[in-house]
Amino acid sequence: MSSPDVQELLDTNSAVVPESLALTLPREKLEWMLGKMCETRYFEEKAEELYTRGLVHGTMHLSIGMEASPIGSIAALEPDDLIVNHHRGHGHTIAKGADITTMMGEFLGKEPGYCRGRGGSMHIVDIAHGNMGATGVVGSGIPIAVGVALALQMKHSAQVVLCFFGDGATNEGAFHESLNLASIWALPVVFICDNNHYGMSMSYRHSMNISKISVRAGAYGIPGFTVDGNNVLAVYQTVKECVDWARAGKGPSLVENLTYRWRGHSKSDRNLYRTPQEIQEWMQRCPIKRFKQLLRDSQIMSEQETETIDQRAKETIDRAAELAVQMPEPTPENMEDEVYAP
Amino acid sequence: MTETGGREVTFLEAVREAMVQEMRRDPTVFLMGEDIGIYGGAFGVSKGMLDEFGPERVRETPISEAGFTGVATGAALMGMRPIVEIMFLDFITLAMDALVNQAAKMRFMFGGNASIPLVCRAPSGSGTGAAAQHSQSLEAWFINAPGIKVVAPSSAYDAKGLLTTAIRDNNPVLFIEHKLLYRTKGAVPENSYTIPFGKAEVRRQGKDITIIAYSIMAQRALEAATRLAEEGIEAEVVDPRTLKPLDVETIVGSVAKTGRALIVHEAPVTGGFGGELTSAIVESHAFDYLDAPVRRLGGRNIPIPYNRTLERASVPQVEDIVETARALAREGK
Repeated sequence: MSSPDVQELLDTNSAVVPESLALTLPREKLEWMLGKMCETRYFEEKAEELYTRGLVHGTMHLSIGMEASPIGSIAALEPDDLIVNHHRGHGHTIAKGADITTMMGEFLGKEPGYCRGRGGSMHIVDIAHGNMGATGVVGSGIPIAVGVALALQMKHSAQVVLCFFGDGATNEGAFHESLNLASIWALPVVFICDNNHYGMSMSYRHSMNISKISVRAGAYGIPGFTVDGNNVLAVYQTVKECVDWARAGKGPSLVENLTYRWRGHSKSDRNLYRTPQEIQEWMQRCPIKRFKQLLRDSQIMSEQETETIDQRAKETIDRAAELAVQMPEPTPENMEDEVYAP
Repeated sequence: MTETGGREVTFLEAVREAMVQEMRRDPTVFLMGEDIGIYGGAFGVSKGMLDEFGPERVRETPISEAGFTGVATGAALMGMRPIVEIMFLDFITLAMDALVNQAAKMRFMFGGNASIPLVCRAPSGSGTGAAAQHSQSLEAWFINAPGIKVVAPSSAYDAKGLLTTAIRDNNPVLFIEHKLLYRTKGAVPENSYTIPFGKAEVRRQGKDITIIAYSIMAQRALEAATRLAEEGIEAEVVDPRTLKPLDVETIVGSVAKTGRALIVHEAPVTGGFGGELTSAIVESHAFDYLDAPVRRLGGRNIPIPYNRTLERASVPQVEDIVETARALAREGK
């Protein structure tokens, strides 16, 4: 990978988004982005509420405050492109077209849920929409995504796979082995790091001796970018370039979307490792508020229009939750029969 | 059994033949692993395959077991049928997450929405002077992980038929190839054939004692049985062939007939598959027919040593089987 094209892409500072980008995108695309970000936010707020009401058996990993990263990234895909997800993946699942009620059903462990209540919110799979599933072992989805990309290449498919993981995953061996394999085989995969600052409680500033995770791409001879991950258009633009790059057969790339999780790692987290001020500062950079503001400032949507999209998302989630709560529970008979495929 | 027409090949050639025939038959089958191309694999199993199938389907990988086993899992999730060669079974420790946490779990965890048709081939066992990190028998770990099947053939014929079945199976399969078996020869039909999983083979009929043994130990048990016959002890040798799924019925039926059971494997006795086989026997109706306690003969609870004498002494040899079987055959009489 020493073509001048690579160097050019490496030198491009994709984090700077022209103000006019919003003006050049079709309105439906912008509406879709806002709608999916709002659905993700309301889904997770509803998840918290259901948890507080004692309706949830397991744990959950909320991505409140991180919505621009999955939605901006997946906005750059064609409908038949694929994703491999991680444990904090509600936004990715929603953006990839999941049915919210079926998703909520899985969160509640119900039989009609995406995994029939066997996986829970950490393992939602939706192959019909190109969501190839989520692993709960940090970093372990990365080689799987590379395998998905290898299959696409071997089948001469034009599809691309987005591989999502967090900052913590980039210290796993699986990350490094996978980027190397994808690079030497020039596979159609875009590695997307949802850098939310913390691997459970450890800040990425302490877990690695570099300030940008994207520089790790250089070790594997692939392009790497760090993006304002709370700016949905910046994410979209960068990932779009990388998707086009992969689709053109030029191989993988790495995008680091710098963002922040407002909530704790999971329900047991008491936020002892960070200050309330830090959380407050990041809450000021809310990706949804920022996007709404941008749409209004660019006079693409009025406040009433953005709020209509917001309200519709809230209703979708409320309705899904009502239906999901009433879904039947799975029964424990014959579980052994499900372990192996016929 | 399929007619062989007197044709004999080695265990190693039988493994290769199964892969080659399946790759010709099904374009989704491909081989991945370290040094499998021009080098032909560390043991020469894939010799010549690069010429026929090219580098895309005989895909050499960097030394990165965790990475490429995970990659194979992802490719299988997409409907490909990868065969992964782990150079030594010992190195599978590096790929445990991909196999145990990912490949084995995905079907169930995803509510039946995925299947992972993945074969992981791995040379196992001691006897080559390769010491502690290139000589292990790790089957028990995988038997204890729901979602992955475990196959351990003892003959060239079984190796070909079971590997063909493994490649066509829609689940992850660990296929264990004992290194000392690679050069052993046996009758093998040229045409492709399958051997169903979960069907044990009674390798030798006998009335006095049942020896249950797989992989290299099935061969040693047969040799032991010949020597025991000279002493007037008729041993029945049962080779389960696939450890998961396991043909409990054949094992239990044989033990109910002979009243005595000796289990032999190379892996350390403690926590080994022998414990599971023992349970299968004593939890069955065969318990009522037992004339003596079930005996296990396995590797000593030590890492495999390098020195020839020490190495030999660390796992069951033919004379150990003869001795233990003889004592067991006389017990309670």
